[in-house]
Amino acid sequence: MVSVYLMGFYVLVLAMFVGFEIISKVPPMLHTPLMSGTNAISGISLVGAVVAAGKGEGALAIGLGVAAVICGTVNVVGGYLVTNRMLRMFRRK
Amino acid sequence: MRNFLLDPTYQDAVYLFAAVLFIVGIRMLTSPETAPRGNFLSALAMLLAVGITLASGRIADFRWIALGVAVGAAIGILASQLVKMTAMPQMVALYNGLGGAASALVAVSEFLRQPGALDYFLTTVIMLSLFVGAVTLTGSLVAFAKLQELISGKPVAFPLQHPLNLVFLVAAVICGVLVVLDAEQLRLFAAVAALALVLGVLVVIPIGGADMPVVIALLNSYSGVAVSFTGFVLTNNVLIITGALVGASGLFLTNEMCKAMNRSIWNVLFGGFGLTESGAPAAGVAEIPGGGAVKPYTIEDAVTVLENSDSVIFVPGYGMAAARAQHQVRELGDALEQRGLDVKYAIHPVAGRMPGHMNVLLAEANVSYDLLKDMDEINKDFKMTDVALVIGANDVVNPAAHEDASSPIYGMPVLNAEQARTVMVLKRSMNPGFAGIENMLFYRDNTMMLFGDARSTLSKLVDSLSQD
Repeated sequence: MVSVYLMGFYVLVLAMFVGFEIISKVPPMLHTPLMSGTNAISGISLVGAVVAAGKGEGALAIGLGVAAVICGTVNVVGGYLVTNRMLRMFRRK
Repeated sequence: MRNFLLDPTYQDAVYLFAAVLFIVGIRMLTSPETAPRGNFLSALAMLLAVGITLASGRIADFRWIALGVAVGAAIGILASQLVKMTAMPQMVALYNGLGGAASALVAVSEFLRQPGALDYFLTTVIMLSLFVGAVTLTGSLVAFAKLQELISGKPVAFPLQHPLNLVFLVAAVICGVLVVLDAEQLRLFAAVAALALVLGVLVVIPIGGADMPVVIALLNSYSGVAVSFTGFVLTNNVLIITGALVGASGLFLTNEMCKAMNRSIWNVLFGGFGLTESGAPAAGVAEIPGGGAVKPYTIEDAVTVLENSDSVIFVPGYGMAAARAQHQVRELGDALEQRGLDVKYAIHPVAGRMPGHMNVLLAEANVSYDLLKDMDEINKDFKMTDVALVIGANDVVNPAAHEDASSPIYGMPVLNAEQARTVMVLKRSMNPGFAGIENMLFYRDNTMMLFGDARSTLSKLVDSLSQD
């Protein structure tokens, strides 16, 4: 099993390098949309939340799961929509 | 036919595809033209990742999920349409908190599901996900409250603040280690959660309003780190990858903000900047060496100068956001352009309350984005410019940053507004900026102070300029 965990670290380290590489190319003008866009992405815990809420294993687990689903969905839906709203404002005349 | 959706290998392939889409989506944020499509790709990736999870056969009951998604989506849609652009910093702060909360809640639910069946590694990553998620949640809520002005934006300091934080941190680590060694310790698990929630409040409360860009960027990074830990908890690579992307983005922005203030992250987090030695915020106007005086000018004076100018650089600061004056700024810009003036906008990286705040406000007001210039790009232009029009900016145009070695902001990169032939400063009053530092720019011979609400001052300037 240890190798599965170690693979996770490989993925993490490589993804961080990719992250720094692509994000350093985003111009300061778009730093607010970058922030709210990555913010929406961090709502991906939703993947874990739906499993927790959908297993149907006891009221507490379901309650926690539903709370997590709500937080994650607000984060994802609100984050993407507000980012879209901002990005559409950037126009060249 | 075999349902391939139930095959973990196919599921992993979809997760991998989603991860690629996330990366491509962020890459497209490098230009305002491709950015909306990039954001769409990123949203598509999210839909794929969540969709494949729902279809994976691991869900026994969809009713509660449907309820949660319906409630969350309704709130998200409403909030995204109603929020004012001036309120974006607090909105982002709140979403950071929600992301942290989601990660922490997933960690708790995974822990409670199978406390006896977890190995050391899984328990460790659950504890880390819980801790970082919970700190992100309450830290973001405090940042939100400060930005929304529900509580004072001033740094809150009390004796033994940092030792106390350290005690809480050490206690949380000890409890966490004990839980890892014996996963049946539910009380200690709860203690870690409680300590993390308290720590989140304590670490953000001493940080002042002007340092919020750094704090929001850092909390953004934390929310990503929490997601990565959740990825380890669920052994799901797409979470590890996206968490790393968000974490890297937050760290990059944190570093950019610190560079733009010429301060280290430690100084921002522990410095209590904006407090004098006695612990009280600096207030009032200091005595000016040399007996210089501030010269208030009238709208007519300003109009006369503008009428005899060829070029103007606007320098917006947090005051423009506070006065919601971005539309009036654009109107004045248009009026000046119609008279044939060359108009540009100089944006300091830490102007406002979050990275890129001023750009979004001016874009909202329909300023063409090619006129928005970064500090490095525009600083050489000030000396060839007739008027630098400073709207509610203070520390980011303080010449002390390169002239006065005794100033606390000495060495900070600033906009060289003072090099323009005339500097017009729109300012509410003579209160110093958030850093509490006197700005000698206001006393210079080539500076015209226009006191009052920036919005009405700008409107009057527009009216006067379009009359004749």
